[in-house]
Amino acid sequence: MKVLVAVKRVVDYNVKVRVKADGTGVDLANVKMSMNPFDEIGVEEAVRLKEAGKATEVIVVSIGPAQAQETLRTALAMGADRGILIKTDAEVQPLAVAKLLKAVCDAEQPGLVITGKQAIDDDSNQTGQMLAALWGRPQATFANKLFIEGDKAKVVREIDGGLQTVEIDLPAVLTTDLRLNEPRYASLPNIMKAKKKPIDEKTPESLGVDIASRLKVLKVAEPPKRVAGVKVPDVATLVQKLKTEAGVI
Amino acid sequence: MAVDQETFVQLKDAISRFVRERLVPNEDRIENEDDIPAEILREMREIGLYGLSIPEEYGGIGLSMSQEAEIVFELGQTSLAFRSAVGTNIGIGSQGIVIDGTEEQKKYWLPKLAEGMTASFALTEPEVGSDAASVKTVAVRDGDDYLITGTKRYITNAVRAGVFTVMARSEPDKKGADGISSFIVPADTPGITLGKIDKKMGQRGTKTCDVIFDKCRVPASSIIGGKPGMGFRTAMKVLDRGRLHISALSCGMAERLIRDALAYAADRKQFGAPIVSFQLVQAMLADSRTEAMAAWALVRDSARKFDAREPTSMEAACCKLFATEMVGRVADRAVQIHGGAGYMAEYKVERFYRDVRLLRIYEGTTQIQQIVIARNMLKQLQG
Ligand SMILES: Cc1cc2nc3c(=O)[nH]c(=O)nc-3n(C[C@H](O)[C@H](O)[C@H](O)COP(=O)(O)OP(=O)(O)OC[C@H]3O[C@@H](n4cnc5c(N)ncnc54)[C@H](O)[C@@H]3O)c2cc1C
Repeated sequence: MKVLVAVKRVVDYNVKVRVKADGTGVDLANVKMSMNPFDEIGVEEAVRLKEAGKATEVIVVSIGPAQAQETLRTALAMGADRGILIKTDAEVQPLAVAKLLKAVCDAEQPGLVITGKQAIDDDSNQTGQMLAALWGRPQATFANKLFIEGDKAKVVREIDGGLQTVEIDLPAVLTTDLRLNEPRYASLPNIMKAKKKPIDEKTPESLGVDIASRLKVLKVAEPPKRVAGVKVPDVATLVQKLKTEAGVI
Repeated sequence: MAVDQETFVQLKDAISRFVRERLVPNEDRIENEDDIPAEILREMREIGLYGLSIPEEYGGIGLSMSQEAEIVFELGQTSLAFRSAVGTNIGIGSQGIVIDGTEEQKKYWLPKLAEGMTASFALTEPEVGSDAASVKTVAVRDGDDYLITGTKRYITNAVRAGVFTVMARSEPDKKGADGISSFIVPADTPGITLGKIDKKMGQRGTKTCDVIFDKCRVPASSIIGGKPGMGFRTAMKVLDRGRLHISALSCGMAERLIRDALAYAADRKQFGAPIVSFQLVQAMLADSRTEAMAAWALVRDSARKFDAREPTSMEAACCKLFATEMVGRVADRAVQIHGGAGYMAEYKVERFYRDVRLLRIYEGTTQIQQIVIARNMLKQLQG
C-alpha cells in the first residue's frame, strides 16, 4: 500500500507573527518557516506504517514555492521515500489544494492519504475533507489512533467530549490530530541520505488544475490586546459591574 | 570537507530544535543527577551528534570547521555537559585519527565513532599539564606490541569511552615532543583501570577521572599514522581545531547568558522600573553583546581560514584566548545583573558561571594561548 502525505511549509510555530501594516496579511519577510506540525505527525504515522510492514512506500507532496522543497527534504529525512513538489508562487486555498491532491491520487493510487487536520497558518481545517469528497473516498478526521486491518482502517477520532472509533474502507483520507503520535527528529545521517531521494516537480498547470482563489481576504488584524483587570471588593460590586459596565447580565 | 549549504541549513535546524526541545528542558535534571540519563545519550547518538566532524565516507556528517563552529554554537545554548558528552568524539578524541590516521585505522574506527562509540583523549598526567611534551607515560616495545604504563588525569568521558587516544613516550632515547606516539587503545584492553570520578566545580554531568595503564598491551599498528614519534605533532594539530571548537562553544554560551540576563533585566523591577532601564545595567548588557559579537566574528574568520588551509595556529590560540575570557566576563555580568538571584541555584546563570570557568583552562590555558600567540609573532618577526 502506498501512503501519500501532504506537507505544508508554514511559519515556524515558535515565531511570533506580525500583521502587515496594511492589514493584507502576515509579514513573512525573514521569518523562519518549517513543516506544519500536524503534517509532521502525518509523516511520522506513515513512516511507522512502513516500518510495521503495512505500507510499501511513503510519498510526500507539498504545494508551494520552490522553498517548499526544504519541507519535503525534512519529510524525506524522517523516512519518506520520495517527494512531489507542485510548484506555484500563487496563494493556494484549501479547495485548490484538495483538487491538486486529487490529481496526485489519480496518478499514484495511494491506499491512504494523510493530511494534517489543519495548517497552523490559516487554520482552515478543510483540505482533508474536501479531498475525500472530490476523490469519492471515506474520511476519518482528527485521528488519535490508526489501525490498518487488511483493506479497512480502524480510526479513533478526537471529538467533542471524548473519543469515537470508526471503521472505514481503504483507500481513504485521514487527518491527524495532535495526539496521534510524537514525531521523531530527523537525524543528521538521515538528512544526509535524504539528499539522494528523488523529488518530482510538477505545476498546477501540468496537473490541469485551476487554482484560482474562490475566497477573498478582506482584512487581517491583530487579536485585541488584553487590558488590565480590576479588583472588586465584593460580590455585589461584581454583579453591579457585570450589569452596567460589561453589559453581560 | 563541507556539507552543501542547503543541507547544512537543515542539519542546523534539526540540531537547534533538538537542543531547544530535548536538551534545554533536561538541564536541571543533569545538574541534579550529575549525569546525563542514558536515554538522552541514546537520542544524541541517534540524531548523529557524535559524527559531526567525521568525513562522510567514514560514516560521519563531514562538517567543515566553519560549519562545526555554527553547530557547536547551538550546543552552547544549553548546559555544557551535553556538549562534553559528544565533544571528545567531535574533537580531541576522533580528530587524531581523522587528521593523521592510516587508511586502515580510519576505516576501522571512524564509522564506530560516528555512530556513537565514545572516544576519549588522554594526554594530561598528574605531573604533566601545560608542559604536554613532557609526557611520562611510557610505551615499551615488546615484539610487535607495545606495553603502555602510566597514569592519565582528568580524562573527559573515560567512563563512557569505547576507545582512548593515548599519548605515550615510545622513543626512550628522544627527549620531549619527538619521543611521543599516540596510540589507539580500545577501552576494554586488559591493564586499564579507571580512578574515582572527579568532583568538579561545574559542568555537572560531565565525567572525568584518572585512567591508569598498567602494562597495557597494544599492537604496533595502533600508533596513529603508523609512525612512532609523531604523536605530539598529531596532538597539536588536534588542539588547533579543538581550540576553534571551544571558542565557538564559548560564543554560544555567551549568547545564552546574554539572553537570560536580558530577559531577567526586563522582568525585574526596582525603584519602580525594570532594571533594564538603568544605564548601568544597560552598560553591562552592551559590553557583553559587543564582546560576544567580536569573539564570534573572530571565530568565524579563523574557521574560514582553517577551511581554506591557511595556517591558523596563532588564530586558533587568539580565538581561544579571547572567546573563553570573554564568556567568563559575560557570565560574571549575567550573575551581576541577576543580583542575589544570580547566586542562587534556581537561576541558570549561577550554573553557567561555574560551567564556563573550565573553558579558560583545558585544551591549553589562557597563559599557554598567550605563549603560542607571542611565539608566532616572534617567528613572524624573525621571518
Ligand atoms: C574538567 C576537565 C577536563 C579535562 N579533560 C581532559 C581530557 O579529556 N584529556 C586530557 O588530556 N586532559 C584533560 N584535561 C586537562 C587539561 O587540559 C589541563 O588541566 C590543562 O591543560 C592545564 O594543565 P594543568 O591542570 O596541569 O595545569 P598546570 O599546567 O599545572 O598550570 C597551572 C597554572 O600555571 C600556568 N602555567 C603553566 N605553565 C606556564 C608557563 N609556561 N607560563 C605561564 N603560565 C604557565 C597555567 O596557565 C595555569 O594557570 C581536563 C581538565 C579538566 C579540569
